[in-house]
Amino acid sequence: MSGQTPLALQISAITKRFGSLTANDGISLDLHEGQILALLGENGAGKTTLMSVLFGHYVADEGSIKVKDTLLEAGSPAASLEAGIGMVHQHFTLAENLSVLDNIMLGTERLTAVRRDTSKAKRKIAKLAGAFGLAVDPNASVGSLTVGERQRVEILKALYRDVRILILDEPTAVLTPQEADNLFDTLRKMTAEGLSIIFISHKLHEVLAIADEIAVLRHGKKVAAFPIEEASREKIAEAMVGEPVDPPVRQPGEPGATVLRLNNVDAGGTVDRPTLKSASFTLSGGEIVGLAGVSGNGQSVLADLVSGLINPHSGEMSLLDNPANALTPATAVRAGVGRIPEDRHATGVIDEMSIRENLALESIRRPPASRAGWVNWKTINERARTLMSRYDVRGGEIGTTVRRLSGGNMQKLILARVLEASPHVILANQPTRGLDIGATAYVHQQLFNARARGAGVLVISEDLDELMTLSDRIVVMFHGLLSLPISPENVTQQEIGLMMSGQSGFGEAVDAA
Amino acid sequence: MRLEAREHVPLWMTALAPPIAVAVSFLFCAILILWAGASPLSAYGDLIAGALGSRFAITETLVRATPLIFTGLAVAVAFRAKLWNIGGEGQLYAGALMVTWVGTGAVDLPPILMIPFLFLSAAAAGGLLLLGPALMKTYLKADEVVTTLLLNFVVLLLVNYLLFGPWKDPMAMGWPQGAAIIDNGLLEGLVPKARVHMGLIYALCAAVLVFIMMRFTIWGFEIRAVGHNAEAARFAGMPMTWTTVRTALISGGLAACAGVTEVAGTKGYLTADISPGFGYTGIAVAMLAGLNPLGVIVSAIFIAAIYNGADAMSRSIDVSNYIADVITATSLLLVLAAVALSRYRLKRG
Repeated sequence: MSGQTPLALQISAITKRFGSLTANDGISLDLHEGQILALLGENGAGKTTLMSVLFGHYVADEGSIKVKDTLLEAGSPAASLEAGIGMVHQHFTLAENLSVLDNIMLGTERLTAVRRDTSKAKRKIAKLAGAFGLAVDPNASVGSLTVGERQRVEILKALYRDVRILILDEPTAVLTPQEADNLFDTLRKMTAEGLSIIFISHKLHEVLAIADEIAVLRHGKKVAAFPIEEASREKIAEAMVGEPVDPPVRQPGEPGATVLRLNNVDAGGTVDRPTLKSASFTLSGGEIVGLAGVSGNGQSVLADLVSGLINPHSGEMSLLDNPANALTPATAVRAGVGRIPEDRHATGVIDEMSIRENLALESIRRPPASRAGWVNWKTINERARTLMSRYDVRGGEIGTTVRRLSGGNMQKLILARVLEASPHVILANQPTRGLDIGATAYVHQQLFNARARGAGVLVISEDLDELMTLSDRIVVMFHGLLSLPISPENVTQQEIGLMMSGQSGFGEAVDAA
Repeated sequence: MRLEAREHVPLWMTALAPPIAVAVSFLFCAILILWAGASPLSAYGDLIAGALGSRFAITETLVRATPLIFTGLAVAVAFRAKLWNIGGEGQLYAGALMVTWVGTGAVDLPPILMIPFLFLSAAAAGGLLLLGPALMKTYLKADEVVTTLLLNFVVLLLVNYLLFGPWKDPMAMGWPQGAAIIDNGLLEGLVPKARVHMGLIYALCAAVLVFIMMRFTIWGFEIRAVGHNAEAARFAGMPMTWTTVRTALISGGLAACAGVTEVAGTKGYLTADISPGFGYTGIAVAMLAGLNPLGVIVSAIFIAAIYNGADAMSRSIDVSNYIADVITATSLLLVLAAVALSRYRLKRG
């Protein structure tokens, strides 16, 4: 392309194989100075592998990488750092017990240095922070910072090392809309200074807002690349999935009787300082209520409460008009609560056990899965086969260990287990976290189906797009308090963002808290 | 060259890894035997002859394998639930004490009732001994590795106290040993003129029963679920405390059965040295078997053969019988390493 700034990075025909799997198949990418390249693709498309090759963690089987006009030494993270490549991982790599300054300086000092020149480092950090809008106190302990601040530290860490090319892996996954806007401002300032950015994301509206160029990977191949002017949501989604995507939409519906009610419930933390404070909330059959909030504001306590893992300190909770203050996981299942947990690996499945066993986890104590203490494998096998085909669980047989399944198939397995019990209340905690577009659409469709069947669905998500799509009503959580429900039709994401950071919607309650 | 994870581990590799690892450990120990100044070939010849080379050798190996099957099963069940029961030795002696208490005249039933009674009462003693640490783990988060291990010494000291004191058999000419088990309570010999006894049959039955329990019952399902992922098991509504209690009772009970076979079978009375560490060796037996109850039978016989063979070898040539410990330990380490490594492949570049 003519009329562009010089090339900052040239990835040429990179191929990387793992045994019979080709993770990267002849991928070429050009990144110009001062440009933001958005790299998109479903899980397993090869994004992470490509970035690992770029960063020197893997050696490519074929192909080469040039930074400016110099060939990058393969398989050497030190060489990549030396060439000015930096990366901000989705899961931050910060030492929580150290200060911001220590975290930033970590690894930049020579081992033989006699004393640390902290004042020089502080000056440099202050200059970078000022130039790029990354305000953060260098003396603060990282453990005390918010997620958004930690991300700024990560970016500062890269800038402190004089990177010219910055890779950001799903940077907005954990941010509020306002924080994301601030991040975008920072990124624009960086490109104005001539830095180049590779932006990995699956949020299409962000990509459209920030990127200059878009490249889409699928099954290890680059399947599409176009400048932003030619891009559209539909076009990108289709390139990622390989076929036109038709995301499910919420049909109008009438809510039925109340299925879950919280009245002035305190829970979590200690009796004196509960994490969830005087929460009152109702969920009706045939509606989906979305719970928004920055993670750590009490959502997990509410989820544990509905799951039966903890009980209220005070106040009343009821399920289908029966008191549920002493709910346990087993009685929750029997009372008709379907639970999709936040962390599917840690809580949702037992990944060393087989698909059929995981499908039977919640029903093993009752007929027909068992009788008089004896497991009825024939029934379990038949049920597993039926459910695998009904819920489209792929990647193994009924005896395959769940560890082998992809995240999407694992989530389908959990959905199968939950929805087959025809629950009256469904708790879906981060139901599509880490899932690709196809699997996300599938999960959303299943939740809509459950709503149409008359179940009340409580969705907890950090993805506001998802909540806007799914919810009949949205409740925002901040510092353990619940806002009044709002209709997604009458609110913008920015307004919800303000509520998530406590700047509106909580009135005097916040001051009292 | 570098290691790369395999997508699937072929079955033949899983099956071949243990024998190959054992062979390698024999090669490694050959160096030690050379160092001790003997010929490895003749040493191993003596070892194999001493373990399996005659009717006497085979029956003696089975005598030794009998308690190891029980202690191995005890570990296999407990470790499946991630209940780290290192107290097999103490539970074995708890069973032995119980058998001596009720089996030396306090209770007299016809053999068909007496034998099950002895096993059940011993199992209750062993189970209860492990119940304490299991409850302390559940309610106080006390590390059961420490508590079960320490209880071994408590029980052994109790055995010594009883054998030197109140329970000392006046007919034993001053030896610290318990009174003889009554005839109705003795485990019958299996073949004439050999020590191998019915305890072996009971051990084999126990292995099959444990296998059936783990595979076909809710108890087994829950033990596996809790062991693999306690958080997910709790979330799914499984009875966590009850599963731990049950596992403790079963595991402690199985280890105690080894005390029955030794007191009522091999010896006929209690001494403080009925077990040369069967409880601890049970850990090696279970690990070598990959915690599979039926595999425990094979690995118990293998380890018993190594120990008996090494005893015979040290009698005929001047190599210490500690070589048995070395062979068992290196076999175990190499098997674990082989199983782990079979998940990877070597790749150039």
